[in-house]
Amino acid sequence: MGTITFLIIFPMIIAFVLLAARSDKARDMIVYIATAVIAAGSIVCAIQYFGSAGEYFPVHGEVVGYLMMAIEIGLAVYIIYTGIKHKKYLASLLALVQTPLMIWFELSHGHEIEVQYNMYIDRLSVIMILIIGIIGSLICVYALGYMKDFQHHHAGEKDRRPWFFFVMFLFLGAMVGLVTSNNMIWMYFFWEITSLSSFWLIGYTRTGEAINNSFRALIMNLLGGLGFVIGIIILGTIFGTLELSTMLVYGSIYGDLVAIPAAFFAFAGITKAAQMPFNSWLLGAMVAPTPTSALLHSSTMVKAGVFMIIKLAPVLGISNFAGLMVMMVGGITFLFASCAAISQNNAKRVLAYSTIANLGLIVACGGVGTPEAVWAGIMLIIFHAITKSLLFLCVGTAEHHIGSRMIEDMDGLFVRMPKVAMFMIIGIAGMFLAPFGMLISKWATMTSFVDSGNFILVGIICFGSAVTAFYWLKWMGKLSAVVANEENVEQSVHKSETFVHVTLTILTVVVCLIFPLISMYGLVPYLEGVFGGIATGLLSSSNMIIMVIMLAVLVLLAAMFFGKSKKEQVPIYLAGVNKGDNRTYYGSMQKEVQFSLRNWHMESIFGEHRMNVIGDVLTVACLVIGIGAVIATLISLLGGVA
Amino acid sequence: MVIKVISVIAYLVLAPIVGCILAGLDRKVSAKMQRRVGPPILQPYYDVRKLFEKEKMAPTRYQDFYIIAYLVFLIGAGAIFFAGGDLLLVIFTETIGAAFLVIAAYSSNSPYAEVGAERELLQMMAYEPMMLLTAVGFYMFHGSFTVDDLVKPDTMAFLPMIGLFIGFIYILTIKFRKSPFDLSMSHHAHQELVRGVTTEFVGRTMGWIEVSHWYENIFLLGFIFLFFCNGTVWGCVIGALVCIAAYFLEVFIDNSFARMKWQFAFKSAWIVAIVLGMVNIFILQLVF
Repeated sequence: MGTITFLIIFPMIIAFVLLAARSDKARDMIVYIATAVIAAGSIVCAIQYFGSAGEYFPVHGEVVGYLMMAIEIGLAVYIIYTGIKHKKYLASLLALVQTPLMIWFELSHGHEIEVQYNMYIDRLSVIMILIIGIIGSLICVYALGYMKDFQHHHAGEKDRRPWFFFVMFLFLGAMVGLVTSNNMIWMYFFWEITSLSSFWLIGYTRTGEAINNSFRALIMNLLGGLGFVIGIIILGTIFGTLELSTMLVYGSIYGDLVAIPAAFFAFAGITKAAQMPFNSWLLGAMVAPTPTSALLHSSTMVKAGVFMIIKLAPVLGISNFAGLMVMMVGGITFLFASCAAISQNNAKRVLAYSTIANLGLIVACGGVGTPEAVWAGIMLIIFHAITKSLLFLCVGTAEHHIGSRMIEDMDGLFVRMPKVAMFMIIGIAGMFLAPFGMLISKWATMTSFVDSGNFILVGIICFGSAVTAFYWLKWMGKLSAVVANEENVEQSVHKSETFVHVTLTILTVVVCLIFPLISMYGLVPYLEGVFGGIATGLLSSSNMIIMVIMLAVLVLLAAMFFGKSKKEQVPIYLAGVNKGDNRTYYGSMQKEVQFSLRNWHMESIFGEHRMNVIGDVLTVACLVIGIGAVIATLISLLGGVA
Repeated sequence: MVIKVISVIAYLVLAPIVGCILAGLDRKVSAKMQRRVGPPILQPYYDVRKLFEKEKMAPTRYQDFYIIAYLVFLIGAGAIFFAGGDLLLVIFTETIGAAFLVIAAYSSNSPYAEVGAERELLQMMAYEPMMLLTAVGFYMFHGSFTVDDLVKPDTMAFLPMIGLFIGFIYILTIKFRKSPFDLSMSHHAHQELVRGVTTEFVGRTMGWIEVSHWYENIFLLGFIFLFFCNGTVWGCVIGALVCIAAYFLEVFIDNSFARMKWQFAFKSAWIVAIVLGMVNIFILQLVF
């Protein structure tokens, strides 16, 4: 328990220290030490609890409860005030509705409900803590170098980096709290802090666009927060408990009735995981500095959303409306977000759409709710966190050195920034190709969808993975092109940035190699605990071994042959005579023509607007039908009781 | 286990021979359709042998790695298939192979190769859903993804999976790089883009790519074979005959249609996958 408390409190203390630290040197020192401590702490925590089947901690929380309530009121006042100040009245209104509702419930009913265990830890929490503690810390280290360059590029503006690092560390602390809270009111508290932290991070630059986008994120997440509050109230008043664990146990006793509060919690998860129709907040978040995006996409924020849904998985499933709603929203989001990524040129937007799509897959897995699907979902969370943070951080570095985040401008990155390009290529391969992790998880996902009997989801994943391969490969091709006569501009990359790239690249490969172990010692026991009975990993061990062999073969081939060809280097074929520099040819009348190559975006088929409209309409329909059915059940239930 | 090893070795040795002869027959039949005499049956072999004797060159130092990876994974996919492995694993392994070919083309930064590479990507996007749906169909009907189980079932999957079968034949035109869907590279000199994705491969490299196509064609025909297995000799005979028929049907199509635009290739492949594939999957779900 001590380690967990430490991992929640320590980052928050560091956050305040960083708020006070003004000089670069002091900040560097503090961040290096603090991140090392946090990463070490999360590993200690993993060692401590990995063997246990899950432990629950009573934590006498009278005082903590009141403290949280006081902070919540403070935050609500803050949101209402800033909402009015920036004329975003919807944000104020939502805060004005949900916080009083929550306080009223806590004071009138909440106190009568006895909460036995406020905190807990199980293997899923341990995995989340490792992701937060290691990946999150790496991103903070990366941010040190990145934010120096960033400040350099925005020289005229006030240096608000202390604030930036304050929010980053606050975020990490809150995330650890979120994944270890058993009391839903406590979880709600951390949930709101992460919403607010991302609001601050997105609005960091304080340009008009940043402020608009940050409010969009806040409003959508407050809407989810409202769903959370309603869920808590239903759980408290009808089922007489506030504990997540008890709720899941009730799932096996009362059956699908528990799906009623679960639907509202899942709704909160859907908003936070940026599923359609709420995906626009995550795209808007791209205005923020790159470490923010990396943090939001890989280890915090959206992962809180999918964590919630994976937690709820046992009470979801194909047999109830909540489950159907969740799996269809996730599936539809996966397909249409993948399609929309094809039309994008901005690298960060491609990454954002891919995140939304992958989260969709995880959400769908949670909705399907079988042990196999949950296995696939958790694997997706792990692999996605590592790979996506690597990709974001590479794009961030490339952006500062080539002055653009457009994929079209990454022509010849292989020559200009060989290391970054290599890391990026490995990251991209990690996102969709066998034998890397995401593909393994997608494979498991597909099998679990087929078994679930929802043939629409099966179709969605077949078409969606074809689309995924298209947009990743065309980017990868752009990166791998060897363009002649380009200069290497890589020398000025900060050491801390390279360190993080290398670490994440190694993690990408190593986690793929040891994933059978993660499955055996982490996921399978967890699933046995949650679902009962004997669970097995979805992929047979022979298939897992083949995957590992394939990866080894790939690494070996790269070590033996990459760039080692002794063949004579000859100029490429151009329709006219190649001038010899591989970029110019002699056209008609001996005129020198320089060619340029462009990617294929298929705007007419996969236009972003079109994909979003179709996705929004379908997901809104799912949500309306799902929530509507749940409310109808609730009313008939209450009517029956009265 | 011994049988598996033998079957993999047989595949590694025989597939290029059979593939080569099929390619020779392809050229012969095509020639007859065009009222030409045509080259000898072994012409594809002579062509490849000549390619292997050419000077060694490449536009970049990296091409070799990509091509080697392409060969290893493409041939590996077939080996997994003939070892009785998982059908999805076969498809995924083949996808990595295909991805490396595309990257090899991109890496040269040559305009022709890049246009070919992008079209190759389009073709992958067009055929992949149907391939995956076919594998899913086998799983739903026979309850297993492994080729091991799929070659010795009690009933023939052909009729219950007829939609998937027709859909698979449809995308086979793309996979065999036959007109009207030979967008990324072609064997016909009259197309607007002929060598496309292979523009920048010469000599030995090109020879290996030809050989890899022979391997690929054989294990794609293996998919068709699976539709007819029912545990008896007759199933195998019918399967083999249909494989040959399917191959020459593709040759026939190749010579009867002009190249279509990419829009048609892509949209029609997806529509076929949705209409024939998804409906068939739905029916399998209802019935089995």
